[in-house]
Amino acid sequence: MSDDSGAQASAAETGTEAAGSADVALETGSQVPPDDPNDNRWNDALRQILGGSFVISILAVVLALIVGAILIAVTDPGVQQAAGYFFSRPGDTFQAIWNVVSGAYSSLFQGAIYNFGRPTFSAGIRPFTDTLTYATPLIVAGLGVGLGFRTGLFNIGGQGQMLIAAAFCGWIGWSFDLPPVLHLIVAIVAGFVGGAIWAGIAGVLKARTGAHEVIVTIMLNWIAFYLISYLLRTPGALQEHGTNNPKSPAILPNAILPPLFGPQYQLHWGFVISIAATIVVWWLLERSSLGFKFRAVGENPNAARVAGISVKSVIIWALVISGGLVGLAAVDQVLGTTTGGFSSGIDAGIGFDAITVALLGRSRPIGIFVAGVLFGAFKAGGFLMQAANNIPIDIVLVVQSLIVLFIAAPPLVRAIFRLPTPGSKPRTKTPAPTATAEEATAK
Amino acid sequence: MKLELRGITKRFGSLTANDHISLTVEPGEIHCILGENGAGKSTLMNVLYGLLPADEGEILLDDEVQHFEGPGEAMKAGIGMVHQHFMLIPVFTVAENVMLGHESTGFAGFLNLNEARKRVREISAQFGFDVDPDALIEDLPVGVQQRVEIIKALSRDAKVLVFDEPTAVLTPQETDELMTIMRQLRDAGTAIVFITHKLREVREVADRITVMRLGKVVGEASPTASNAELASLMVGRSVELTVQKQAARPGDPALQVRGLTVIDHIGQLVVNDVSFEVRAGEILAIAGVQGNGQTELTEALLGLQQHVEGEIELDGNPLSGLSVRNVLDAGVGFIPEDRNEDGLVAEFSIAENLMLDRSDSAPFVKGGTLQLGFRSTFAAEKVSEFDVRTQSIDTAVGTLSGGNQQKVVLARELSRDLRLLVAAQPTRGLDVGSIEFVHKRIVQARDSGIPVIVVSTELDEVDALADRIAVMYRGGIVGIVPGGTDRETLGIMMAGEQPDDPNGPAPDPHDDEGRSGTRGEAA
Ligand SMILES: Nc1ncnc2c1ncn2[C@@H]1O[C@H](COP(=O)(O)OP(=O)(O)OP(=O)(O)O)[C@@H](O)[C@H]1O
Ligand SMILES: [Mg+2]
Repeated sequence: MSDDSGAQASAAETGTEAAGSADVALETGSQVPPDDPNDNRWNDALRQILGGSFVISILAVVLALIVGAILIAVTDPGVQQAAGYFFSRPGDTFQAIWNVVSGAYSSLFQGAIYNFGRPTFSAGIRPFTDTLTYATPLIVAGLGVGLGFRTGLFNIGGQGQMLIAAAFCGWIGWSFDLPPVLHLIVAIVAGFVGGAIWAGIAGVLKARTGAHEVIVTIMLNWIAFYLISYLLRTPGALQEHGTNNPKSPAILPNAILPPLFGPQYQLHWGFVISIAATIVVWWLLERSSLGFKFRAVGENPNAARVAGISVKSVIIWALVISGGLVGLAAVDQVLGTTTGGFSSGIDAGIGFDAITVALLGRSRPIGIFVAGVLFGAFKAGGFLMQAANNIPIDIVLVVQSLIVLFIAAPPLVRAIFRLPTPGSKPRTKTPAPTATAEEATAK
Repeated sequence: MKLELRGITKRFGSLTANDHISLTVEPGEIHCILGENGAGKSTLMNVLYGLLPADEGEILLDDEVQHFEGPGEAMKAGIGMVHQHFMLIPVFTVAENVMLGHESTGFAGFLNLNEARKRVREISAQFGFDVDPDALIEDLPVGVQQRVEIIKALSRDAKVLVFDEPTAVLTPQETDELMTIMRQLRDAGTAIVFITHKLREVREVADRITVMRLGKVVGEASPTASNAELASLMVGRSVELTVQKQAARPGDPALQVRGLTVIDHIGQLVVNDVSFEVRAGEILAIAGVQGNGQTELTEALLGLQQHVEGEIELDGNPLSGLSVRNVLDAGVGFIPEDRNEDGLVAEFSIAENLMLDRSDSAPFVKGGTLQLGFRSTFAAEKVSEFDVRTQSIDTAVGTLSGGNQQKVVLARELSRDLRLLVAAQPTRGLDVGSIEFVHKRIVQARDSGIPVIVVSTELDEVDALADRIAVMYRGGIVGIVPGGTDRETLGIMMAGEQPDDPNGPAPDPHDDEGRSGTRGEAA
């Protein structure tokens, strides 16, 4: 056999290029890309999808759900009981596992997508609108964090930025009496500005002093938390009149984000803002001069500097826009879902979930949008799962965390599913995962 | 150990980087692989080293078929590789780096540091290296770092050693030392694969020469072949090894540098009171051993250095104190010496890299929006003009071969409206055909009246391009001599001494026009 291919090799060398290689392809049956350029493109596209990040993301979610199912099974009292007499009646154990896992995931589905228990479509689809409601702030905050990632910045100050933004837009929302649409717009802009300022502080500190943005944004989280908590306890500041609770006044009707599909659904116009933000951020990153500079700095700050791009101003602008987007998540909360006044827990962990969403979405706007909806579904479905099946909502958190874990370790996912390494042809054997890292450094 | 490659084929998408390559390297032989940029040399070596899986073909060591799943296995089988970019950890000592390699091969048990030190000393003694096992890598000059790579390979008994363009970053002296080492290793029975673009080196050490073009082996050459023969075999056409140029017709002084002093970030004086001028339409070469302030000098011109004193004027306008953006907008073209670090964004496409330093204004940006249509047309044009070997303008620059990456930088800078060109090591890593092309373009820029500064550690390049030569030593300019000054004089000056030959440092260098055009044959 080896003799054979050696002969063909020399034939290919001596023959004319095209004919030679085509011969070899036919005779050895190897995967030579066909001559038709169209086919080629499909091959390439397929390999990119297989080896690339998209499938990894999906598989990470699938894997996490599988591990989640195992956890649900082993922590369920019914399964534990049946496992006690596993060797006499193993069927019971499997039955119990099936019951609890299918029950849990069907609640998750019914709580997040469509409730089959309701008579009409408009009632049945309600869970899906809840999913989108939860997704709304996750998407904008995820876009903010993702934009930071693309610039090489780790903005984990989402909590602080949301708190400050909440104060800004809330204050506009309850203290002024403006005409309908105008009031809402002013309040939204105020929220954006609040988040932008808070992240901008981190940007300026990093650009001017070289302080690391991770440290600075964490510190700013605490500063914002205590500042807002204090103001919420201080009459005349953010505290509602005539109460002792650390809570703000309710938003005036003109500043409330109106419901999108009528009052029977929670979903509000903030979702439309999230869609618009997705498009704008895509345009900004992929089509604008500013985004080009963001990405250049994110990938190679040295080359960016030599090319005349001011790395400092890029850092400041990227954090300002990132913070502004995170601020819009607070706008969704304060003007959309909890319009009766907020407390210092208004951020609801969204600033941190946004990091996961951005990672899962690979910092691409469309990806972030999809990831935001997925996490919204987990949130919406998790409540029903807890209520109906008595499964702790922590399982949902575990699944979310596992997704991050699997996303962060693509070689692991590739190894489990025997996917080809990107940049190599599909082979029967899986190359050692370490090869990819070394390949990258080899250049 | 005998190495044999049989019918190795490697494809990237529809591109066949290696097309049924067969090659034998005998023990005790230095086997040179010559080939133009993108011919597939590095790819072949990466396949051999287990970094890339081959699509077809097999690797044999002493007639036994090998299956490497990764570099670890290749190392265990006795293959060592010295990459152009070293894979050493800068904050570790020499001994620690050498030991680290052993760990990653999964060698049984612990290897304590003392043993690693001993090994480093043994090998150093054997080959006459001067390497301190406890020195930190980051403190060592590149030439010594490379020796550490060699020690690393030898310490795990490499019987086949691959050098992929090892001399691109070395000084001529370090290169000579490396070649001595290679000969020693060969005489000790090691099979050596040596990749380089410098024909002089090939003829000096090669026992056999294989020439590759477009992913195929196109033939063997004899080490006694002339430079011209080797070059034409490699590129497939005859190559002008020394660019033909007219005598310079210098105009008014365009760039004036007076009393330039640069202090680097750790407070060292790296450029010391340097003054010179470059006239429109002349090429000033800055020669010198790497690390004598040339890098910092060019960076200061571009506004990249923080602590700069003195004056820089271009066409009468001050450049000193301007931001990089403003310096570029004043018409300064800059080819940085390290393209990976400072010249390119590896993950960006060719088209994106071609607009990297024009991301602010027309024609690439209008109203804050990227002009993608214009960019594509422009990129397609430049890719064909500069002969960048690529499948498409949307290919990530990081996947191009080294020489083709360099062409992208050149294409970007030379296609701007320039009033000054600063080129640091403009042909590093390029094949002879591309060097010819780049030299022509630089001369063309000069002839259109642009003042040009070329920083080069290659005397061949200095010789080929310079109208005048400034030699730097320890941050200062030792002297400025006319182009064509003989190598001995330059060598003396590069060591920091004034040549006693009075015809050397001419008081008015411009009285020496006309010589440059006829240079070249002497070398
Ligand atoms: N990971 C990769 N993905 C896609 N194409 C690649 C990759 N690595 C190399 N190539 C392509 O393979 C071809 C051969 O590249 P290679 O680096 O082997 O050239 P080379 O002979 O070493 O050139 P140079 O002398 O410039 O270093 C080039 O066209 C390059 O663009
Ligand atoms: Mg190469």
